[in-house]
Amino acid sequence: MENLVPHFIELIRRAATDLPADMEAALRRARENEDPSSAAQTTLDAILENVHLSRQGSTPICQDTGTPIFYIYYPTGWSTLALKKQIRAAVAEATARSYLRPNSVDTLTGKNPGNNLGEDFPYFHFEEWEEDYLKVDLMLKGGGCENVGAQYSLPDTRLDANRDLEGVRRVVLDAVQQAQGMGCAPAVIGVAVGGDRGSSYIKSKEQFYRSLDDESPNPKLAALEKRLTTEANTLGIGPMGFGGKTTVLSVKIDSLERLPASYFVTASYMCWADRRRTLVYRDGQVTIS
Amino acid sequence: MSIVDLNIPIAENIIRSLHVGDQVRLFGTVVTARDAAHAFMKDSFFHGPIPEGDREVHDALQRLWQGGVMYHCGPVVGKDAAGRWRFVSAGPTTSTREEPYEADVIAYFGLRAIIGKGGMGPKTLAACQQHGAVYLHAIGGAATLIASYVKEVLTVYKKDELGVPEAFWVIRVEGFPAVVTMDAHGESLHARMYEESKQKLAALL
Repeated sequence: MENLVPHFIELIRRAATDLPADMEAALRRARENEDPSSAAQTTLDAILENVHLSRQGSTPICQDTGTPIFYIYYPTGWSTLALKKQIRAAVAEATARSYLRPNSVDTLTGKNPGNNLGEDFPYFHFEEWEEDYLKVDLMLKGGGCENVGAQYSLPDTRLDANRDLEGVRRVVLDAVQQAQGMGCAPAVIGVAVGGDRGSSYIKSKEQFYRSLDDESPNPKLAALEKRLTTEANTLGIGPMGFGGKTTVLSVKIDSLERLPASYFVTASYMCWADRRRTLVYRDGQVTIS
Repeated sequence: MSIVDLNIPIAENIIRSLHVGDQVRLFGTVVTARDAAHAFMKDSFFHGPIPEGDREVHDALQRLWQGGVMYHCGPVVGKDAAGRWRFVSAGPTTSTREEPYEADVIAYFGLRAIIGKGGMGPKTLAACQQHGAVYLHAIGGAATLIASYVKEVLTVYKKDELGVPEAFWVIRVEGFPAVVTMDAHGESLHARMYEESKQKLAALL
């Protein structure tokens, strides 16, 4: 296999320092929508200035460069072992270059190896596919927003949430209210309906790979995505929880099969620094978008 | 609204003149501390004699935090051509995790301000009122921008034991911007926002 390590380092650099265009455009629209000189607007101004400076100087947008989550789609015949080795080498080098903070801590000893490597760090998901090229999706998922994610087992009597989409609506709004500004609003909310506890969390985070401006192909979920975005923004929490009209930029929902006994709704929270980039390797050519 | 410039160390009467919503800029020496640093302080400083090996960091913090400022931050650092540390990216981390410790830390060291994000709870708010301190909110994620106000890394304590994000970084800041969201009069923007949004949520359910 060809040495792709330099390209994986570049993928990490782009993800950590260069906010995707759809996120930046959404932050600009939010800025225009807030009252002039309000705390919400001055906060969004500082956020946009930071986005610009980070891109210009190749410095991390946020110092919490999070968990690097790699989704790797590979043609038949590729070695996932070799890919993993190369990506791990790239992660260590990107850390040495200060594109990533050393973020991997041994939970039992508290030791930080300083290179972002551990048995289960970074996170990999491999999938063989029928295409003839390699695609690597990288998301950097910060800890502050990860901490405010929530999972509900329906029915939830406290919120009068039953096993239907109205129940989903109720618990997602509760999750946004509970999070306040602590996950660095304005947010993208990824929602999974169904699954078991583990698969539901994973599915909810996979929503963050979607383009900010798309909608669910399922008309009912698409309508709920739109409604939840509008309603969450009436909570008044605003950027950083300072108050304002922009609490979430988008809500993304998907469903997965469940057991008859279970009905989980998982709401994962992605901060405004929604860092994700994609590398494609086709016919010996690498493109990063 | 005018912006208040605060020179560190800060006098108690100046802190008590601040109110929720005031914008400030900080000048002087600030020390970072987050989760592991707080657990360390609790274990090593607040129960009986201070272990000999921890005397140096203890005395330094005592000197720097008398009237001083703590920053909830785990930076991305680098080294310049001369081998000196510099802050590359350094926004605030979520403060609420330090709620179990902070009131004791404020009382012990005589801190005048805590910088972080997301706000803190009633115990810290009461300590701010009792001892004359404020909670200052910086913009979460605006890490490159905030690092530009960090002019110098003076020293670092406990880096090898706690790791880069969790170490006590002693930094000199110039014009570090923040907003008072918890003041020394018992007011908290965060408590108010929580209650208001809860009522709005009830209307939607």
